[in-house]
Amino acid sequence: MIQTSGLTFQYGPEGQEMRFPDLACQTRDRLLLLGPSGSGKTTLLHLLSGLLRPTAGEVRIDGTAIGGLTDRALDRFRGEHIGVVFQRAHFVGALTVMENLMMPAFLAGTKPDRARAAAMLETLGVGHKAHSRPADLSVGEQQRASIARALIHRPSVVLADEPTSALDDHATKAVVDLLESQAAEAGATLLIVTHDSRLKDRYPQHVALQPLAQS
Amino acid sequence: MSWLYLAWRNLGAKRLQTALSLVLLAFGVGMVSLLMLAEKQLSDAFDRNIRDIDMVLGAKGSPLQLILANVYHVDAPTGNISLAAAQKIVRHPYIESGIPLAYGDNYEMFRIVGTTPAYVDHYSANLEQGRVWQDAFEVTIGARVAARTGLGIGDTFFSAHGLQDGTDVHTDKTFTVVGILSESQSVLDQLILCNIETIWGVHEEPGNEGTGERTNETGPDREITAMLLKKRNPLAILTIPNLIRDTNMQLALPAIEINRLTNNFGIGMKTLRTIAMLIMIISFASIFISVYDSLLARRYELALMRTMGATPGGMYLSLLLEGGLLSIGGALIGLVVSRAGLFALGQIVADKFRYDLASLAVLPSEIWLAGAAVLVGLLAAAIPGISVLRMDISETLADH
Repeated sequence: MIQTSGLTFQYGPEGQEMRFPDLACQTRDRLLLLGPSGSGKTTLLHLLSGLLRPTAGEVRIDGTAIGGLTDRALDRFRGEHIGVVFQRAHFVGALTVMENLMMPAFLAGTKPDRARAAAMLETLGVGHKAHSRPADLSVGEQQRASIARALIHRPSVVLADEPTSALDDHATKAVVDLLESQAAEAGATLLIVTHDSRLKDRYPQHVALQPLAQS
Repeated sequence: MSWLYLAWRNLGAKRLQTALSLVLLAFGVGMVSLLMLAEKQLSDAFDRNIRDIDMVLGAKGSPLQLILANVYHVDAPTGNISLAAAQKIVRHPYIESGIPLAYGDNYEMFRIVGTTPAYVDHYSANLEQGRVWQDAFEVTIGARVAARTGLGIGDTFFSAHGLQDGTDVHTDKTFTVVGILSESQSVLDQLILCNIETIWGVHEEPGNEGTGERTNETGPDREITAMLLKKRNPLAILTIPNLIRDTNMQLALPAIEINRLTNNFGIGMKTLRTIAMLIMIISFASIFISVYDSLLARRYELALMRTMGATPGGMYLSLLLEGGLLSIGGALIGLVVSRAGLFALGQIVADKFRYDLASLAVLPSEIWLAGAAVLVGLLAAAIPGISVLRMDISETLADH
């Protein structure tokens, strides 16, 4: 469950103030945040995941106002409750795909679930690459492996940042299908932030972000 | 998974850079450690052999040469002195005792030295087999001599003239081994000992007259090479030189001559030490660059780990571990390499100078050295690592 109210953000004292619409997503909800580039999509995503602290307003995840957490507690909270899928998949390059999947559990100080990781990779069609270096995977395989990594620790919220912008129509459908099914399996709220209008048809319910007024 | 494992894998992912840092550190540590070991071994060997020899009375010439020849048995003697004159000095009230040494020939490059059994007692050497020499042409040999030449009790041999190897062999007089000393880690290990009369006896042959460095003298004017003196009164150092001013004798102090020698050595040692320090500084730079470089290359990766809940402290720890692993590895390799180097050096030295460089135990100063190397590694990682603590994750992720 994720809720925001009156979120604003300003890059530095000179920066333009960005205002974001209020959001309310129940557990297992799916929400599309649609906006052209320059509409502050990435900023909003960073606010939602606690990577940035808002100038005003608050973000509540599972009932916790994350603005009230200390940096240390926020790092921990993020590790346990939030999974992020980035536009371009990134991994710890020195580790294998499987070891990358063990990372969230290690960072949260919990016991890694190897069987679940293997099963997820299998489901996502990259089981045979479990012991390869991430660099040895194709872009599509990397994207699928990063979905596995975002969901391995059963977060309550999954934030996906432009997960489909680099993919063709066919692959786009496949990735969104996987995101949805995996989020449902993990019992997570799914939030997709994108400018990709192909997803609009799939999500009649979406929130449109307004581009910043030119000043 | 652990921070240590992550550090290990990160090092493994950039093998060339890791290898370069390791080699540089190992080289720096190895060089300093080799110098420390060699210095220690040499000064130990010098000290063991000086033991209670306060002064050496010998023929005029280089005092250092006199010491090297008669205390360490590595240089040619300066000449001969009169036994009677030397004994007069020994009887001086300021002198407690004296041990005469008479240089003779060699057998397979091991020196034959005429002396008294007091010489054996002086180094607290024990007999492994047999007994101490008594009659002329009886010899007691050092442990190393026995090991190298294979001589045993009852064996006989001919000596070769002077200190050159066996071209000019005295075949008329045979030496008989009557005893073998156990190893004492002193010069005795590589000497063949006999009484002084034996030395005179070898060269008493008419055919040899005037050919060697040793002239034949008879009666009270017999000659020896040197007299090792132990003082009773410190004033002896000031008094004795006056007594021998008009003779062909000089008095040399081993402690002072060896000090002078090691000071001369010292210049070379200092240069090597400076070079080693430079290598350590370069290895610091190498680790610094290695960590800094991987920080730049892994910025996004580090930000990613932060989104997965990694604390800045944890990631800083992982970087420190990278530096720590590198420097511990480098220091260990360095200590091993220095020992291999000393062993190789020891082989050369043992053959050329008949000195053993034995112990390979870790010196306390080497523990400091290794500690310093690890500190260098940690510091080289700690400084660039600070940027991880300050990193703005949001900006790093958005930049990409």
